[in-house]
Amino acid sequence: MNDRNLAMTHATLPDWNALQPGDALPPLELPPISRFDLALYCGASGDHNPIHVDIDFAKSAGMPDVFAHGMLSAAWLARLVTNWVPQLAIRSLDVRFAALTHVGERISCTGTVAEKFDREGRRSVLLKVASANANGVIKLSGEALVAWL
Amino acid sequence: MIDRRHIGHTLPPFQVEVEKGRLRFFAKATGQTDPIYTDEAAARDAGHPGLPVPPTFFFCLEMEAPNPAAIRELLGMDYRSLLHGEQGFSYYTMAYAGDTLTFRQRIEDIYDKKNGALEFVVRKTRVSNQQGELVAELRCVTVVRNQ
Repeated sequence: MNDRNLAMTHATLPDWNALQPGDALPPLELPPISRFDLALYCGASGDHNPIHVDIDFAKSAGMPDVFAHGMLSAAWLARLVTNWVPQLAIRSLDVRFAALTHVGERISCTGTVAEKFDREGRRSVLLKVASANANGVIKLSGEALVAWL
Repeated sequence: MIDRRHIGHTLPPFQVEVEKGRLRFFAKATGQTDPIYTDEAAARDAGHPGLPVPPTFFFCLEMEAPNPAAIRELLGMDYRSLLHGEQGFSYYTMAYAGDTLTFRQRIEDIYDKKNGALEFVVRKTRVSNQQGELVAELRCVTVVRNQ
């Protein structure tokens, strides 16, 4: 860790001692996905694959409609975690794309403490995270490792 | 089938400058309301030297490669048959607006399942900053659906 990181000593992390496996993070509830959301993410992310924004292209590729970028949902999962701890505490984030996320779906991001451990003096927790639609269909699942400095 | 001899292939490194306008646009597009990601004064008050690069934005910066299709072309993959299967990030130090990041991509593995009906290409990317410090490592698994 360099001095850039050490400068952030005021960072507010939850009390590691009080955390228990199974503890839930405050969920992140997103409004229904609009086509406008996908257009914004197309521009901001630099992922210009037309299948996410151009319904004519999507249909020509055999899809009934455009669908959300998987990495937009990944960004929401990252927000779930950075809402809970400062970004500096996140050591890793790994996601698997399980199902397409469609226009109009209302996505919830959830996370729970799966493991808590102290390895070589570094207190950490492993989080299980997931995004799902209103029917509970999992779209993305993954893990995040958070370490206390 | 994708030629397995490409396992271990490294691509020419490339550099990307982190622009604060892009970071603000990304915050808007992902619904990020924490001001440290859009307001430099708020970022400084939180101990950051500038606007932080959020966790998944490294994937976007990686797409700024001179030829984002280089691996696809090298391996002869048809993009219409591709799915993004997994994406991983390991973080070592923070990156900020104004940094110039160097991306080093390597084809880590190529394997198949279901008698070749599905092929998997694993790309690993090391990201370092202008001080030569390792910032992050990315792991991208692309799935190829063969007919």
